[in-house]
Amino acid sequence: MKTIFERPDSMTEKVTHYCPGCTHGVAHRLVAEVVDELGIKDRTVGFAPVGCSVLIYEYMDTDYQQAAHGRAPACATGTKRVRPDLMVYTYQGDGDLASIGTAEIIHAANRGEKITVVFINNAIYGMTGGQMAPTTMPGQRTTTSPMGRDTGSVGFPVRVSEMLSTLATPMYVVRASLHSPYNIIQAKKAVRKAFQYQLDGTCFSFVELLSTCPTNWGITPTGSNKWLEENMLPYYPLGVFRTPEDDLK
Amino acid sequence: MLNEVTLAGFGGQGIMTTGKFLAEAALGKDLEVAWVPSYGPEMRGGTAYCTVVVSDRPVGSPIVNNPNIIVAMNRPSYDKFEPMVKSGGLLLINSSLMDVKSDRTDIIQVQIPCNQISIDLSGTGRSANIAVLGALIGASGILPYETIEEVVTRKFAKKPKVLDINLKILRKGYELGVEAAKG
Amino acid sequence: MAKLLMKGAEAIGEAAIRAGCLAYFAYPITPQSEVAEYLAKRLPEVGGTFVQAESEVAASQMVYGAAGAGVRVFTSSSSPGVSLMAEAMSYMSGSELPAVFVNIVRAGPGLGGILPSQSDYNQATRGAGHGDYHFMILAPATVQELVDWMIKAFPLSEKYMNPVMIMGDGLIAQMMEPVDFDSVKAEDIIEVESWATTGAKGRKRNLINSLFLDPLKLEEFNHKLAAKYQRMAEEDVYYEKYLMDDEPALIAVAYGTTARIVKTAIDVLRAEGMKIGLFRPISLFPFPKVELREESAKDHVRGFSVVEMSNGQMLDDVKWATLERKPVGFFSRNGGIVPNPEETIDFLRKEYERTGA
Repeated sequence: MKTIFERPDSMTEKVTHYCPGCTHGVAHRLVAEVVDELGIKDRTVGFAPVGCSVLIYEYMDTDYQQAAHGRAPACATGTKRVRPDLMVYTYQGDGDLASIGTAEIIHAANRGEKITVVFINNAIYGMTGGQMAPTTMPGQRTTTSPMGRDTGSVGFPVRVSEMLSTLATPMYVVRASLHSPYNIIQAKKAVRKAFQYQLDGTCFSFVELLSTCPTNWGITPTGSNKWLEENMLPYYPLGVFRTPEDDLK
Repeated sequence: MLNEVTLAGFGGQGIMTTGKFLAEAALGKDLEVAWVPSYGPEMRGGTAYCTVVVSDRPVGSPIVNNPNIIVAMNRPSYDKFEPMVKSGGLLLINSSLMDVKSDRTDIIQVQIPCNQISIDLSGTGRSANIAVLGALIGASGILPYETIEEVVTRKFAKKPKVLDINLKILRKGYELGVEAAKG
Repeated sequence: MAKLLMKGAEAIGEAAIRAGCLAYFAYPITPQSEVAEYLAKRLPEVGGTFVQAESEVAASQMVYGAAGAGVRVFTSSSSPGVSLMAEAMSYMSGSELPAVFVNIVRAGPGLGGILPSQSDYNQATRGAGHGDYHFMILAPATVQELVDWMIKAFPLSEKYMNPVMIMGDGLIAQMMEPVDFDSVKAEDIIEVESWATTGAKGRKRNLINSLFLDPLKLEEFNHKLAAKYQRMAEEDVYYEKYLMDDEPALIAVAYGTTARIVKTAIDVLRAEGMKIGLFRPISLFPFPKVELREESAKDHVRGFSVVEMSNGQMLDDVKWATLERKPVGFFSRNGGIVPNPEETIDFLRKEYERTGA
């Protein structure tokens, strides 16, 4: 019998705690597959954020450090600078990266740290129970924006990929989405490319993955995919924002 | 033996360096030494001062209220530190920049034209801090002249011309210091 | 080796290198930016790593990441910056990571001033961050001691898998004194493979983590930490006794810079015939409680006199340690003012008379 689908070697057998329809599991899998394919499992160190994916260290079968809220890019900097031979990545949600950890992500990117950042943007705080995130859409109802996000008082959603792209330091910045099989295949390519840049010692690499949070959005999993497509895609356009090849031209 | 020396002047007069040279010379004689700078806003152009404590025992308090030797390179330093010289101590005044005499009779005061010495021997007043270092040693005798000469030689080793001039300035300051202390 | 005349802040940097620490992350802050300036030049010469972080928050988290990778690492800062490191301090204690932190204390609260102070004693000894944890706190009084304790701090942090903080003040960082970098022997870092995240090659994966979802597991861990601090109190308490061999009637208690002033004051008063000694805690945590308690029980000791540059932070520990069996007097200067010998002499003289010694 031929095996056509199996658990990546870089994942543990532990069943995840994620809600039905949540795309964290997909994103985890993409990272694990890339780690397997590049053959870097025994030299990879991941950094877990504070947020829903804090327990990623339970699911990934590689060395892992848990980081304080928003600080993963600084922690990863510490490891990568003293052990450049290691493959170092952070896995961060939008509250972690785009709110409390804004300084850390911008400066890690600007220093050109040779790390990879996987950024999960699901437009809401998951772990704490559905509060407004910096990435929450205009008018989107959350527990702390019960009337819908009022851009007049809290501003517009932060586009992190675009923001990082303003930096002069050469880097790889890409936004992909996890709302359909086609997009997941594209996302995998982006993750793989990001890790490849690190493996080659080229540059800082950043993959933003648009994700769903059916539980806190209050929408079914399939409805969530549709909501992402209709609401998030127009505001968060997919594509490659920066490549080191272009930057170094 | 315990000597507490405070050196004060404008920021940029090289007074901190003078203190370091003194401290290094003391270290060369295997004495215990502490060099304590004033730090903070004074660093930017105002009055700069440092205290050098030289002792044959471990230095206790590096904070000194009444040093037994004070060097005043400019008028604001003189105004600030003149009352603080320990009774029986030495006050060294840079007479190139101020025409002043302390009314105190319980201290020895010595007037040395530090800028003038530097100008006469080098064409600029920039080495006034070297002149005062020589004068300090000459007037106080706290360290043998050779130990200071050795430090200055080491510091300017890479610039033989500058060294030569500075050694002359140091010597001149020293001679005037010895003389002034006698009178 | 011949002694070098060196500024405290620069000596901190050089001592770290001599200790085998080649990684330093920091954000500039007066009065200790010279540590970063020194290491920015010196570390590249020895193949080391220096990153000027975007904040003390980030600097301390870089220390977390580097410590997790099993290398010796340190950071230095001054009071307001150390407040920002409280988060990483808590996480590192909770993740049991070894590293060295240096706090060159300046007067607070708030932006305060840049001059010497000891007003971070409580913050240091009680743990700046959240949770039930302590750093080991070492308070040198001279530049030579600063060097010696920097070199010893790394193996101590590895012995306990717990950060160690060197606490000084602006005076000790800014002054120059002769130093001998070989006065204590550097020790190599021992085994790290069992815990460090260095890539899971030929072993099971390692986790650096302080999250416990099971309260019973967390309680067990809290007990483990308590036992660790108890062990510190048994094995690594450091202090100096100055002129305490001839049954002094009064014992002054002071640490760091203040202890130097007190020594000078005691020398003067001894010459007048007053039998005063100095007890100088070097490890502020663990505090030399047992030793001070023993002193407090001695008949010839009539009182204790604490001198600090704070409103009386160590004072509480002295009262606790001595059970207030004898009167505990207190003198302080604040705001960045170092007590001068004269006022310290006056205080101790009055104390000597007051306690009827």
